[in-house]
Amino acid sequence: MGLLSKKDTKLITDPLADNNPITIQVLGICSALAITAELKASIVMSISVLFVLGFGNVIISLMRNIIPSKIRIIVQLTVVAALVIIVDQVLKAFAYELSKTLSVFIGLIITNCIIMGRFEAFALANGPWKSFLDGIGNSLGYGVILIIVGFFRELFGSGTLLGFPVLGDPIAKTGLYSIGYENNGFMLLSPMALIVVGIIIWVQRSRNKALVEDH
Amino acid sequence: MGLKENLHNFKVKNKGKKWLPAFSAIHTFLFLPNETTHNGTHIKAADDLKRTMNTVIMAMVPCLIFGMFNAGYQHHLAFDGIQAVSGGFFSPEFWTLDNFNVGFWKIIPLVLVSYGVGLGIEFIFAIIKGHEVEEGYLVTGMLVPLIVPIDIPLWMLAVAVIFGVVIGKEVFGGTGMNILNPALTIRAFLFFAYPTWMSGDKVWVEGAVARDQAIAAGENLDAVSGETILGTLAQGKEVAHSAADMFLGFIPGSIGETSTLLILLGGLFLIFAKIGSWRIMLSSALGAIVMGLIFNQIVDAGVITETSKFYGLMSTPFWHHLLIGGFAFGTVFMATDPVTAAQTNKGKWYYGFLVGFISILIRVFNPAYPEGVMLAILLMNVFAPTIDHYVVQGNVKKRKKRLKVKTA
Repeated sequence: MGLLSKKDTKLITDPLADNNPITIQVLGICSALAITAELKASIVMSISVLFVLGFGNVIISLMRNIIPSKIRIIVQLTVVAALVIIVDQVLKAFAYELSKTLSVFIGLIITNCIIMGRFEAFALANGPWKSFLDGIGNSLGYGVILIIVGFFRELFGSGTLLGFPVLGDPIAKTGLYSIGYENNGFMLLSPMALIVVGIIIWVQRSRNKALVEDH
Repeated sequence: MGLKENLHNFKVKNKGKKWLPAFSAIHTFLFLPNETTHNGTHIKAADDLKRTMNTVIMAMVPCLIFGMFNAGYQHHLAFDGIQAVSGGFFSPEFWTLDNFNVGFWKIIPLVLVSYGVGLGIEFIFAIIKGHEVEEGYLVTGMLVPLIVPIDIPLWMLAVAVIFGVVIGKEVFGGTGMNILNPALTIRAFLFFAYPTWMSGDKVWVEGAVARDQAIAAGENLDAVSGETILGTLAQGKEVAHSAADMFLGFIPGSIGETSTLLILLGGLFLIFAKIGSWRIMLSSALGAIVMGLIFNQIVDAGVITETSKFYGLMSTPFWHHLLIGGFAFGTVFMATDPVTAAQTNKGKWYYGFLVGFISILIRVFNPAYPEGVMLAILLMNVFAPTIDHYVVQGNVKKRKKRLKVKTA
């Protein structure tokens, strides 16, 4: 075992599946519904959250012993806000079109429950290296779901992937469209994102019965 | 040894096999299995789930047959310019074999796809869950072809049925556990997923879409169209059909929804058989009338003038709302679904009233969703348990009060 100890590896792999922030902790749902109509937006959103949560966790962890607990939420918000502004400015400078698509949702990373949740639950009680791994793990878990949802929504909703027409041209009627296939407009509406997330949760829980809550 | 016992023995022998639920389903469907309960005394009513379902299907058959004739009639009216009906319900221009043929060959595939796909999913889930196949899909499977436009592509219907049965019903635990009416879930899915096939002036007439495509390909043909009355009104145009046509059903629309007369007959049959709730049907009609009257009053008071985009639907005489669109069909066959409707008698009045009230509200204020009934029923399906809760709590309160007075 080289770079990571067994415990550290778990910090990254756990949130990918059995402790996924979206499907198990049910956090960060709003952005998962809002921006997953396109795969590209999902990927950029995942990377943005990866950056904010990774560094945010480290910063909070470094400051954990000097933050007065009464005002810790404000301090956390300031840290997230600063990181989000960086992401926002970078996107505006280098990917203006995409930043318009994501519009307010980049700014809303500040309110993403996953971030505050990880600060509170992990970074305030652990060292910077562990916090960094936890941040990476959780944002990867978030990103995986976003990318799965974005993949299906873009494929069935627009017939494209990352903007490439993989199913043919709906106007010129080539590829699948020549035999009468049509894009599913429902996929582009937010309710369908909720249903797709629901199906992922369903599949995950029927594969791992330990995740099913008792009633 | 007869066939019946053979089948029974076969079942006993293969107990615990994975595919047994599928076999039992066909067995129950075709015969009455000679299995008896072994413990305790049971009072058994003759009207089990299967009979309930069959009664509802019987009530829908007139609408289905009328829909076949109407599909052909609308087709010939738009394409060949045949003479419009003149002699009331039994007009010879309407009840021709030619009309029936056009409709029959279009509608039977819809019925087959609806049942084939829907029951297929029920079988798969029964095998996975290892329980008996539930009869729940029998009615849904019949409702679905009746509430879609005639020209809907079959694969879209199949996708919608898969979605409706899995997401609308099976995830909640199958028949009897669903929150939303599965047939309406299927229709809502189609409506939002493929809006071009669910609204507009082409899809209601058999062949109109194909004709449009031919014209687009450069053929020299006349475009044909047949808009529903709701669509016409939403655009503020004059309606070409008389109220009698609307009542009898000689109008374009989804397959089973056009004839208010036959729907009423089906409704009466359901009430007589004590399967459909007359409270819901009556209160829905009341709700629609109240909302329609309010809109008529607003127009009369001069608040809304002809320049408004709502004028067309608002100025429609309130009783026309009961005859056009899917209102009658929805309230008789969909809103009364015993699983998704309110269960308490008092709750049924509130539930039905709101279904009617909201239907007309959506119809008038959102012309993009001409079929308000579908959305209104789905919305009230969600609220039905809440209504029941408050009705029951109200009753508990009343009784507690009475107890206090007596003991005081």
